[in-house]
Amino acid sequence: MIEVTARYFAAFRERAGRDREQLTTNARTAAELYGELARKHGFVDSMARCKVAVNDELADWNVALAAGDEVLFFPPVAGG
Amino acid sequence: MSFKITSAPIDPETRKRELVQSAAGACVTFEGWVRNQNDGEAVQALEYEAHAAIAEKEGAKILAEAKQRFAIEIALCEHRVGKLAIGDCAVWVGVSAGHRGAAFEACRYIIDETKARVPIWKKEQYASGETGWVNCATR
Repeated sequence: MIEVTARYFAAFRERAGRDREQLTTNARTAAELYGELARKHGFVDSMARCKVAVNDELADWNVALAAGDEVLFFPPVAGG
Repeated sequence: MSFKITSAPIDPETRKRELVQSAAGACVTFEGWVRNQNDGEAVQALEYEAHAAIAEKEGAKILAEAKQRFAIEIALCEHRVGKLAIGDCAVWVGVSAGHRGAAFEACRYIIDETKARVPIWKKEQYASGETGWVNCATR
């Protein structure tokens, strides 16, 4: 188990009802953490359409998580 | 090359002057404006949100890619965040190049990649009082 901080943006923030939370998790990767949080908060977007950043750098969904990481979840983008 | 997230109004005429170069024979700019409807729903206002630091970093990458792929001189992009009204300029792209072909292609590349990759989100306020996050990522 590790402790990480999850941060939510836009539609994810509204769905989760918060912009961040501290978590103790068994997830080893960002993808596993998203799976956990999607169940908890009812996120329905597929990972293929979303993005993740770890400690303010865009990351691959398969990136390994370390204790203390801040994991940012981005729903499908819609600029322009 | 600069990709900027801003909460202040975009001034296309001022930005355009930054594209001037003696080697440039072509200038193409694109402005994305807030439209009064989307998918048949009347839109009253829009709110854009971004993760500014990551957006500017990813945006700078897109501009560098454009510079590498097309024979251009200067490429710039600015995207607004916060509450916008109908007709406001939400995004501006400007490219100068030796010739028009590269300028058009680079401008198109930059706006398309920006819409697909940069962490910016758009929430529409409808005439009905409802709001909705737009899901327009195309890939």
